[in-house]
Amino acid sequence: MSILISARSRLLSDQDWPGYRLVIRAPLRLDCGIDFGPFTIAYQTYGTLNEDRSNAILVCHALTGDQYAADPHPITGKPGWWETMVGPGQVLDTERYFLICANVLGGCMGTTGPQEINPASGEPWALSFPVITIRDMVRAQKLLLDHLEIDSLFCVIGGSMGAMQVLEWAASYPEAVFAAVPIAGAARHSAQNIAFHEVGRQAIMADPEWCGGRYLSLDRKPVRGLAVARMAAHITYLSEAALHRKFGRNLQDRLAVTYGFDADFQVESYLRHQGSTFVDRFDANSYLYITRAMDYFDLAAEHGGSLPAAFEGTRSRFCIISFTSDWLFPTSESREVVHALNAAAANVSFVEIATDNGHDAFLLQEPELFETLRGFLNGCAEHRGLARSR
Amino acid sequence: MAASGESAALDFGAAGKAAAPTGTVGELRQDLRLIAEMIETGSRVLDIGCGDGALLAYLAREKNVDGRGIELSQSGVNACVGHGLSVIQGDADSDLEAYPPGGFDVVVLSQTLQATRRPRRVVEELVRIGRRAIVSFPNFGFWQIRLGLLLTGRMPLSHCLAHPWYETPNIHLCTIRDFVALCDEIGVRIDRSLTLDRHGQPYSLDPRGNLANLLAEQGIFVLCGSASP
Repeated sequence: MSILISARSRLLSDQDWPGYRLVIRAPLRLDCGIDFGPFTIAYQTYGTLNEDRSNAILVCHALTGDQYAADPHPITGKPGWWETMVGPGQVLDTERYFLICANVLGGCMGTTGPQEINPASGEPWALSFPVITIRDMVRAQKLLLDHLEIDSLFCVIGGSMGAMQVLEWAASYPEAVFAAVPIAGAARHSAQNIAFHEVGRQAIMADPEWCGGRYLSLDRKPVRGLAVARMAAHITYLSEAALHRKFGRNLQDRLAVTYGFDADFQVESYLRHQGSTFVDRFDANSYLYITRAMDYFDLAAEHGGSLPAAFEGTRSRFCIISFTSDWLFPTSESREVVHALNAAAANVSFVEIATDNGHDAFLLQEPELFETLRGFLNGCAEHRGLARSR
Repeated sequence: MAASGESAALDFGAAGKAAAPTGTVGELRQDLRLIAEMIETGSRVLDIGCGDGALLAYLAREKNVDGRGIELSQSGVNACVGHGLSVIQGDADSDLEAYPPGGFDVVVLSQTLQATRRPRRVVEELVRIGRRAIVSFPNFGFWQIRLGLLLTGRMPLSHCLAHPWYETPNIHLCTIRDFVALCDEIGVRIDRSLTLDRHGQPYSLDPRGNLANLLAEQGIFVLCGSASP
């Protein structure tokens, strides 16, 4: 393979990255049964918390996202992943709301994850890090909010794995969630999605540089495996129509095919680029752990096999959003959540947005998505008695 | 009620093309206004086929109603949610089963029954999930429709039935008498009925009588399950 990858085998250091750090001293009981701690939560905030502490929005990031929703990424320098959504006058209006976005437990951008040092051994955790779940991530976020003395969130919002966290929040802490917006999500990870994740994990583990997960201690890095995992996953975030629109069968900087295995096609070149830039900012073991957390997610199973039971008696206002061309988290998955919420007599809105941008649509400029969210949040803010900005 | 010498069919055609909604008062269609009057302040209401949310918005504003909607068209849903209404994308045929029994004080199905795939099942679901159901539909027994079909031999067009046969969403049209017979058959009680003439004016006629089935362009029925008090 001729994937061009800048080998970065040193341990990433988060000491200089911007943002807040909270150290949780008391151990957290994880789903796997381990009492974990102390650990660190790295988070960003945007806007100002009002006097009533009633305008806080928790933004939950996706699998490879991070807390830098609207700041330049400290490694890549690229704009925040939700820069289009967050800011003064934007849908998530920082002049009206107080936004919190925390790196998930098991992540690699400052929150404790497998690349951090295990104080017991003095070595990076690697595979000795406990397997975490979506519910564990949410429990950690709840500790952060307790620290910030926010008893009730105005809204919890997120796409993809972020949507899973939103649903978990609504089920675990209904009294703390005024409004919940799961975008392009599901109440459980499907067999097909688990299968794709397994391909990614196997690619990482098949890389000799992975070294049974101990690559950081050995000053190595499974960049090829991680890049392939990212390439495979990236295809699932797009749609056939979008790939065709962007690339078709166009050739990359050449007039004819080369009868070899170079990146003749633009789509190949694009995917290789996606893979090679990803490894600069993401830890391979983190990828294993977080994909596993998504695989294990099954909200109904947490409530005796009944999804409506997860939302019983909820007073939160829900806005479920899906995208027509999303085949990773298709509309049918969102509709199942809607039906469960209806069965629980919950207050729910559901919008399917027509787009060919696939699963990634929640990260992109989708005017209808923005309009829907703006209307929903304005309606909720009125019910909550939040003042309009200026 | 004579056709005043003109071809009734031509009249209907003109009305169909103009697509004028039934007499509007303020921003709310007349039949919706009549339905709104039947709904008590502070009720929990589900509006199935809520369109752009006009009724829900009116009820929330004027009657402090806790309203939910179901709408098939994406543009309708997006407009509703964008205006702060709680509306889901779905339809009466496939999205009612999930709701718990008696979850709403009132379920509204306005000008939608004739477009459902399984109207009988839908009516049963309405009275299951609502303590009361308000159903309005165009009466295919209306004299102008009967006369139009008799005189021209073509599928009728009217205020309420503005689409030509090849693109109409109305696949299960019925007369008032048909509807009453269905309610009897499935044990649904009719608590109240209103008939609307072609100007949208309401008047009370016995829905089981011949006159209602002939004179009404639309019917509005308040239903409840037979087991209800």
